[in-house]
Amino acid sequence: MRAFRRLRRSFEHGVHPAHHKQQTENLPIQRVPFGTDYVMPLGQHIGVPAKAIVAAGEAVRRGQLIAEPGGFVSTGLHSPVTGTIKEVGDFRGVDGRFAPAIAIEADPFATQQVDAGAATDWQSMSLEDFIEAVQMAGIVGMGGAAFPAHVKLSVPDGVRIRHLLINGAECEPYLTTDHRLMLERPEALLEGAEIMRQKLGAEETVIGIEANKPDAIEVVSKHIRPGDPVRVVPLKVKYPQGAEKMMIKSVFDVEVPAGQLPRDVEVNVNNVGTIVAIADYFLRGLPLIERVVTVAGPGVTYPANLIVPLGTPVRDVVKFCGGLKPGTREIIMGGPMMGRPIASLDVPILKGCSGVLVFTEEQTARRKEYPCISCGRCLEACPYFLNPSRLARLSKSRMFDEMQAYNVFDCVECGCCTFACPSNIPIVQLIRTAKDDLANRKEPEA
Amino acid sequence: MNKRDPDLLLFHAPLLRQGMTTPKAMRDVLIALAPATAASMWFFGLSALLVLGSCIVGAIAAEWLFADKQARGDSLRDASGILTGLLLGLTLPPGLPLWMAFLGGFAGIAFGKVIWGGLGHNLFNPALLGRAFLLATFPIAMTTWVPTVIDGGFLDIYPGNLALPFMQAQVDAMSSATPLGMMKFEQEVTPLANLMFGNVSGSLGETSGLLLLLGGIYLWLRRDLDWRIPVSILLTVVIFSAVLGLFDETRFPTPLFSVFSGGLLLGAIYMATDPVTSPVTPKGAWIFGIGTGVLVMLIRVFGGLPEGVMYAILLMNAATPLIDRYTQPRVFGRGVDAE
Repeated sequence: MRAFRRLRRSFEHGVHPAHHKQQTENLPIQRVPFGTDYVMPLGQHIGVPAKAIVAAGEAVRRGQLIAEPGGFVSTGLHSPVTGTIKEVGDFRGVDGRFAPAIAIEADPFATQQVDAGAATDWQSMSLEDFIEAVQMAGIVGMGGAAFPAHVKLSVPDGVRIRHLLINGAECEPYLTTDHRLMLERPEALLEGAEIMRQKLGAEETVIGIEANKPDAIEVVSKHIRPGDPVRVVPLKVKYPQGAEKMMIKSVFDVEVPAGQLPRDVEVNVNNVGTIVAIADYFLRGLPLIERVVTVAGPGVTYPANLIVPLGTPVRDVVKFCGGLKPGTREIIMGGPMMGRPIASLDVPILKGCSGVLVFTEEQTARRKEYPCISCGRCLEACPYFLNPSRLARLSKSRMFDEMQAYNVFDCVECGCCTFACPSNIPIVQLIRTAKDDLANRKEPEA
Repeated sequence: MNKRDPDLLLFHAPLLRQGMTTPKAMRDVLIALAPATAASMWFFGLSALLVLGSCIVGAIAAEWLFADKQARGDSLRDASGILTGLLLGLTLPPGLPLWMAFLGGFAGIAFGKVIWGGLGHNLFNPALLGRAFLLATFPIAMTTWVPTVIDGGFLDIYPGNLALPFMQAQVDAMSSATPLGMMKFEQEVTPLANLMFGNVSGSLGETSGLLLLLGGIYLWLRRDLDWRIPVSILLTVVIFSAVLGLFDETRFPTPLFSVFSGGLLLGAIYMATDPVTSPVTPKGAWIFGIGTGVLVMLIRVFGGLPEGVMYAILLMNAATPLIDRYTQPRVFGRGVDAE
């Protein structure tokens, strides 16, 4: 049974949304022209916001450090363009709240060349220096969570990392950024992987790719030099295959214990984009100032995979893609399963933003909600084996404390339950409400 | 860029859904029951149509009467009331007076669903509660079985159907025993082929085992049904009968007879699997099914009644919240140690 499960290369439960990747999977990555206004929020990663080290009126070059880490779980920020600092103040962020950010006006006459460029001698660097370099380069998890990459590198004493797992699942529908990166920059991916593997002291690199990207599997496999400790593992197409604990289960058939991290089972997981960013920094001297974004969905005129400088307003990105079609009702940052809706076209592209998806009436029509009939589809969908039906009922009755007995905090909000619910109950949202309430109640911040 | 930005909605993710909805699931069950319903009309003629219709009308009347004005349209549209009426009708004797059938449908919805708070909140299967109500209220009419009317025309109806409310019904004119009754009280075994194809006396829907199975397979393919429940009920019944058969082959029914006689298939496939009143956890479904199977056999073999499916399911319905509570699945990452 165990051997059989390993052959299938998957975790249990999960759902099968239509992947909708046809729009952009065959479109090469192209560059968005530079615009005028850029906004770099200081807190675009998980953790402590960065501290601005520039002031209004100052001239900055593309790639120049403009904010330094505000603590250990924090990263540096670099100017995405050559221009002038317009303001350091509060700007409306993706979640609708005002948060500190640096506004930069691009110089229309600059060449926007990055003048860093020198490769770093990563091999002779000590691990501490390497970790600090990753932190200063501003590299975070590019799959969506934006967790600072260097934090994962610093493992406590006694913990060994044996496997470097590279996440190329891209299980969210519509998104094709990792797919295109694997096709177009397999060398960078493998170089970055080798740097990470050596620095972690891992025995092997495993690249997990969902089987619906046979071209990526082929291209990456072809670029592996014989003898290198790298293998590509095709994974079953199933959402959320790219959730790190699910992928560890799929590849190694190991469950990461609740409340623990991948490193506790000797694995380090990084997204394809993150690894490419590592290669770009250590081999080409490029800090994280731009990223690949998929612009797709039924409401966008010309879907595309784009390299977008961070801080670019969504408005410019959408405009480059021919604008919004009439009937546009909603714009999601990230994937359609876990992404966030944005309220305005003026919010900037951030480090963790893998997609800008434009939806129309059809996807956003208000679905009639029916009572829960306990059909159990959500239980069969939940990759964490929770009981979403019960959690939703309890949340509706505002019985948040009781929800802890049903392990509400193990929920990763992947949305499988809501996807599967025939009664259209917003289960994830009900769970988020409860988690939020419980978290705020627990720590009344003095 | 003077053009106004579109007004953006902030619907939270996930924006994608699988296509199934609750009303569609209800309609699937109606579709799955269609062959067995058609068979009941084939065997019992117009009477079948009238009894089923009366139950459905009764069920919808209760929905309409008691539902909140705003929710009225919904509860009628989601087809669950029609389903309750149809399921109840399929458990009734074909010769039952129509006013009783109507009352059964009405009571099933009123006491089985509305007073609990409507769809999704009830503890007991409404159709079976309606049947229990009828059995307690009209025990004679509910146990008067008629032979099939294959020889007669479709338009012939049983005289009992037209009995007026509260008048003495002329029911005993055409009575005949069900296979389970014959087995229990006269030790007479009905040929298996008759049981499978339905040419036996009994309630409207319990006569055609194969068509009920066919519908069950459809529901399983559509993922509308927790396969664990019918499988565990039927397996339990088969094993229980087989073990009893070891003691005395003549006194106890054979496994196949047990499966195809009475309301077992109807109950196991369509009533025990009612998602609202059965456990939601996979482990719970097994316990629920095994419990139902054991109760069915206990009542049939050792109880005073020839048939026990209804009470077995209702009793297990009552145990469902408890079963759910103690069979929560093991959460991913819990109960494992790091290596």
